[in-house]
This record gives sequence, structure tokens and C-alpha cells, in this order.
Amino acid sequence: MFNYLIKRLIYSIPILLGITIITFAVMYCTPGKPTDMIADFNIKVTSEAKERLVRLYGLDKPIHEQYWNWLKRIVALDFGNSFKDGRPASQKIIERLPATVLLNVLSIFLMLIVAIPIGVYSAVQRYSLLDRILTVMVFVCFSVPAFWIALLLMIVVGLWFGWLPISGLVSFNFENLSFFAKMWDLAKHLILPLVVSTLGSFAVLSRYIRSGMLDALRQDYIKTAYAKGLSKKQVIFNHSLKNALLPLITIIGLSIPGLIGGSFIIETVFSYPGMGRLGYDAIMARDYPVIMGIGVISAFLTLLGNIIADVLYSAADPRIRYK
Amino acid sequence: MKNKLIPFLFLFFAACSSGVTDKKHESPQYDGAPVYGDAFITAIASDASFLNPILASDTPSGAVNAMLFNGLLKYDENLNIACDLAESFEVSQDGLVITFRLKRNVKWHDGKPFTAKDVKFTYDILVDTNTKTPYSSSFMLVKELEIVDDYTVKAHYEQPFAPNLESWGMSIIAEHVFRGTNFNDAPANRKPVGTGPYKFESWQTDQKIVLKANPDYFEGKPYLSKYIIRIVPDSSVQFLELRNESLDSVDLTPDQWNAYDSFFKSYDKYRQATFSFTFLGFNRLRKPFDNKDFMKAVELAINKKDIIDGVLLGTGIEINGIYPPQSWAYKEIPKSEYDPKKALDILKSIGFLDIDNDGYLEYNGKPFDFTITTNQGNKQRELSAEIIQQHLKKIGINVNIRIIEFSTFINQYIAKREFDAVIIGWSTTLDPDQYSLWHSGQTAPRQYNFLSYNNPKIDKLLEQARTTFDMGKRKKMYHEIQDIMYEDPPCIFLYFPDSLSALHKRFRDVKDFPIGVGYNFIEWWTPRAEVKYSFQE
Repeated sequence: MFNYLIKRLIYSIPILLGITIITFAVMYCTPGKPTDMIADFNIKVTSEAKERLVRLYGLDKPIHEQYWNWLKRIVALDFGNSFKDGRPASQKIIERLPATVLLNVLSIFLMLIVAIPIGVYSAVQRYSLLDRILTVMVFVCFSVPAFWIALLLMIVVGLWFGWLPISGLVSFNFENLSFFAKMWDLAKHLILPLVVSTLGSFAVLSRYIRSGMLDALRQDYIKTAYAKGLSKKQVIFNHSLKNALLPLITIIGLSIPGLIGGSFIIETVFSYPGMGRLGYDAIMARDYPVIMGIGVISAFLTLLGNIIADVLYSAADPRIRYK
Repeated sequence: MKNKLIPFLFLFFAACSSGVTDKKHESPQYDGAPVYGDAFITAIASDASFLNPILASDTPSGAVNAMLFNGLLKYDENLNIACDLAESFEVSQDGLVITFRLKRNVKWHDGKPFTAKDVKFTYDILVDTNTKTPYSSSFMLVKELEIVDDYTVKAHYEQPFAPNLESWGMSIIAEHVFRGTNFNDAPANRKPVGTGPYKFESWQTDQKIVLKANPDYFEGKPYLSKYIIRIVPDSSVQFLELRNESLDSVDLTPDQWNAYDSFFKSYDKYRQATFSFTFLGFNRLRKPFDNKDFMKAVELAINKKDIIDGVLLGTGIEINGIYPPQSWAYKEIPKSEYDPKKALDILKSIGFLDIDNDGYLEYNGKPFDFTITTNQGNKQRELSAEIIQQHLKKIGINVNIRIIEFSTFINQYIAKREFDAVIIGWSTTLDPDQYSLWHSGQTAPRQYNFLSYNNPKIDKLLEQARTTFDMGKRKKMYHEIQDIMYEDPPCIFLYFPDSLSALHKRFRDVKDFPIGVGYNFIEWWTPRAEVKYSFQE
């Protein structure tokens, strides 16, 4: 097992390198330069001033040289400075992490809490009225656009009833509040983004669990369990749910990069200072150091998530063993 | 909602709007003497980049920096050049030397006095080739910046250049703050020290920027204690925050402007003409777009009123030229008429004919169509293209529409001249010099005369006007330019959009100047009974 892990980690290095090369290449093939947003279509900026900016950002060098310079710095964990505001890309990313991770961890948690019971119930009481209602509900949640439901909730809960703040992470007088008031303020701001970001995702998961459970319930060992005289509760939770959780591990493994990924739409609508907006803005502004920084971190976490999922498989399923 | 994400064309002066207003309510002025206190909370769509006016090129940073810094000169409420940090200024007879005498009572936010050294430092930084500034061009023309004494500087030029005066609206930065630091990533770029009416207090990335009133401001301490800028990327959400009264001022889209009156119970709406126009431009390097008559015919076939009513819901003006009415260079030019029949006659006279009776015209016997390209994310331009498509279909011209992401649009289409027609807009400076847009020498791939407009008379006038300081003479030249352009238009002018905003009613002494409603911001105040936010001073 240990050897297997080491091997996987070593194999990850060329993959990671490949990903950075592809990201870099795609970025450069995208029309436009970081200086476009600053200098293009600005009547006051002459072509000489534009050339100066291109030179100062090092964009006049050939692409392989730019990549090599980037790679040399990245080995020392230096992601370079953002073209937008001159701050280190790593600092900009780290600054976004707490808010992003907070929202995503809570959201995954909420998703599991909602999705597992729904999935189990739908499988056990298949084709019952409630199963049908839940199925329709789940698909509705999955299909409505997040920004629409977000605006609707803001109008109803924020504007009409005034129960929750409309957008932002904290109130503007946050610094002056006591510790508990701060927590309460933060919690109030988190509720709507949390609900909206969970709505879309629990649908998929609950369907996975439902079909996993249905599969498991058809197995011979379930008959055996019933034959042994176990209660229905024991059969469902100890025998079939455990087996139905395998796909869940894959999904959770894949959601590890999502933990820091963030959602552009939800963050934009709720004025939430997360990674999604940082990434989107960086791409639109062709802010290469930030794009590459986010790319490397996401690639790294995706690979890590896969490895962790593989390890968890063998923990959950005795049939899977790695050599 | 997408409106806020548009890659915008550039606004050099943050407050370059003016003119028409639709104010429904005049603040009562009888509330007694102004009192200090309260806060003003506004929103911007994306975070600022640098709170350093030399490096910042985006609108959000510009809006914040305008409260923190001053230039030597500024535009006054009536759009005339006036003194800001300068006490007085003087242009020599030959236009080669501008002398500025500086105000003596100005202090930086950290208490140090403002002197000629700061002006010199700002200039040195602007022309330093290692500074990541987009604004170097105007200052490269300065041959020498001479410090005469602590409160007098002289800018010497090689050639007289009238728009130079406007360039001294550039904010001045403090020498003692930046001396010895690496300018491009100095800590002060996020903790600015300026001379402006507000001082920097805090900046939480992508959340908010907080400024506080500067008690030592040379025009007096602003009445409103705090100026808070929240970053709210989505314009629908900004509007919801407005309805919730959690924002004091918000820019409106035309449909928000026309929303129910009940939404604006506590707000006044302001509407101002801007120095920006949207146009349909043809690529003169292609046939038949180089033909004046073709463009004339297309213009006759488009009903511009439909575009203003349909796209801007009436919140814009139709002008057949390059200047808005509030510009001193503006001359009234007859509006273009809408006459599809006449358009068809002109087209027939230059070789368009429907030979196969399919309802579409053929050009010189071959099927004819052209493509209007515009950038993605600007709903108004997309809709304008669709309306034009419909109008031209009526006279038998087949138009395709292509919507392209902004950077791609600029690099692959505009720069390479790979287009038949484009819909795009210019936000211009208040100074009427538009040499870079229409001069025939400005047609290199990255330059702005991408329509390849070429009129020797216009060239000559543009050259003369930018070297003339005499306002009367300059005005005459720009009038002449507008007359010539009426006969030989560089493009089809569609509309000048108005800038629309809402402002909370609790502020008093809000005045609506030609330059914009925020001009006397430091005089705004809230009566005690209506104060919304209180702070411990």
C-alpha cells in the first residue's frame, strides 16, 4: 500500500507538468494579451505606451522562454505577481481560501446530510408517492438556474421579509461587533449562498445513492441478511448503504479540488469574495500568473483527490487491494 | 446584469458626464446649517486594482482615486478647465511653456506639505520607462519639467499641444511616500496617501474599501464622515440592495431606470449625457463600404429612434456627430432622416439590384450580404445590431451578426481589419481632440482609426486644432470638422447613451451640475434626524 502511494505520487509529477504546459499553451493561444484591458481602446494610450507595458510584463519574450521562467520560479513556490494589481498571485489565492473553503465545506456537508436520507428513502420506498415527489423535487432543484433561484431568494427572504442580508460576506460594521455578534452576522450572510450552492448538487448525489442502494438491495447477501433474521433497519444501513457508498467516495474525491474552486455564478450574485470570481476575472483580464497559479493548485488537488479516493476505496471495499 | 461585466471602453476622467437631467425632486435646502456625520455607501462592479492613480487604468480604481487624489488642474462644474492643486496657471504666448503656481495650504494625508517636488516626482515617474503606467504618452511630450521654487513649476514643450492642459488633470502623488521603494509594487499602492477630500482607511479585497473624511482638506472638511465603496459585481443585486436601502447610490441600467416608482421611494434619479457614442462603422478597405453613397443609403434605411427607444428605452440622445451638446466644441448638426425609399434609390444608382426577385439586392449581379461584428457582453450593441438587421432587410440588404468575446474581437477582427462592419463605442476625453480616432495617419494595426477613414481636410484641421491654444480659433476648427463630417461621415452615429443613477434622498445640498452630480460631494450632508450610520469620531 505504501509503495503504491509513493508510486502514484511520483507518477503525478509528469502529469502535473503536462497540465501546466497545456494550460500555458491554451492561455497563449487565447487571443488577447493582459495589456489589452489596460491599454486597448483607451484614447489616451498611444502604441508606444502599449509597447512599454508589453515589455515590462515580459510578454515580448518567446513563449518557451516565458514558460521556462515561470517554471523556474514555481519550483521555489513563487507564482509571480498578478498583472492586475502587482500583488503576488499566491497571496491573492491564499486570501480567498478561507471564505471559499468555508462555503464549500459547509455546502458539501449540507449536501450529504440532505442527499443520503433522500437517496436511501427513495430506494427503499421505490415508486411510493413520496419517492415520486422527491424525484420531481430533486430534478427541479437540479434544473433551475442557480442565479435565478438566488435572486428570487434575495427578493423574498432579503427584501420582502428582511430576515437575511442580500449580499456580501459580512456587514459593513463587522469590525465593531462582539465575537458572537460576528459569528451571527457571518452565519446570516452564509445561509443564502449555502442553500443555493447546495440545491444543484444534492440532486445528483441523491440519485447516485438511490441507484447504488437499489443495486445493493438486489444482491444475494441482502437475502442472506434477511434470512439470518436481521431487522430491516440493520439490513438497510449496515449491509446495503455501506455498499452503496462507493460511488459517493468518487464524488467526494472529485470534489476536493472543488473545495477551493468556488462557483463564479454564486459568488458573483452574492458578492462573495471567493476563488470563482478570482479565476474568472483573471481569465477575462488574461492575468497569466493568477490563471497559472489557480491552474497548478487545482491540478494538484485533483490528482490528490484521486489518490485519496483510491485509498478510501480499499478501506470501504475489501475486494479492492493495491499492490 | 451582464452590463457590469462588459469590457468597457475607457473613461479617462471619472466624472465626465453632463447635461440633461430628469430630476424629479429637489432636495429641500431649508434644513438649517450643514452638520458633520453619516456615511455614503456606494457600489462598484469589480474591485479596484491600484489605489495609485499613475498605475490604475480601470474605472473602479479611478472612482476611488478621485476621492483620494487631486491633479494640478480639473474640470469645473461647467466643464471648463480650472485649478485644483494649482493656484493659477499660465500658458505662454507660443504655447510652449505652461507655468503652474501651486496652492500653499495643501497637506498630504500624513500631514506633510505638498510642494513642487511632488509634481516633479510624479512627472519623473510617469516618464520612467520602468513604470507600468498607461498614461506616459502625454508626458513624453514634456521636454523638461522645471522647479522654479517650492510652489512654482514650469512644463516646457517641444511643440504647442492644446490637449496637454487636460493632461495635467493627472493626479499628483507624494514623493516622500514612494521615494526609495519599487514604484510598481510599493505598499502605498494599497495604502494610498493623497491630498483629496477623503483619506484611506481600509480595503478588504473584493468586499469593500472604506475612506474617511480628511479634516485638513484644502477646500474644507467633507460633511459626510465616511465614504464606503462595496464591491457588488452583479447589477441586479446592486439594484436589490438599492431597494433594500443598503446602498446610497447605484448606477442604473435603462430597464432599472424605468422600473416602478415605488422602488425609488427614498431615491432621486439622475440622468446625464455622457461623452461617449456608439456607432456602426464600415471597413473602408473593403468594397462597397468605401463608397460614401453606400453608407449614406444604409444610414437612410436605419431608424435611429427605434434603436434609442428599443435598446436604451429612451435614455440616450441621437447626435449626428462626435461631440455631445455639453462639449464646448459641439455644433448642432441636422439629424439624419429615415427614408428607406431614398436609400433604395441610392443603392440602385451604385449597382445594387434585385435581379432574381428573391427580395434581396444583388451587387453588380452577385448576391450581396455583409456581417456586423460586435463584442459579447454588451447587450445594447447586440440589440442594436438586430434592429439594424431588421431595418436593412426591409430594403433588401441581407445582414449577418457575429458576436465575439472582447479580446478576440479586438485582436482578431479589429486589429487585423477582418470585418465588414462593427458596432462599437468610444468614450472620449472632455478635450475635443480626436486626432487618434480619425486622422488618416492613425491606421496601423493597433491604432484607433481602424475604419480607415481618410479625409485630407479633416487631417489638416485635426493637426491644426491640437496645436492651437486660442479657444475661439479651436472651436471654429472643430465646428468645421463637424461640418465636413456631416458631408463625409466616418461612420453611422447611433446614439450617445445617458449615464443613469439613483441617489438616496437623505443627502442635502446635492446639486446637478453639467459635469455630473458628484461635483460638490464634499458639501453634501444629512440632517441629524435622518442620519443612517453613526460613527465614533
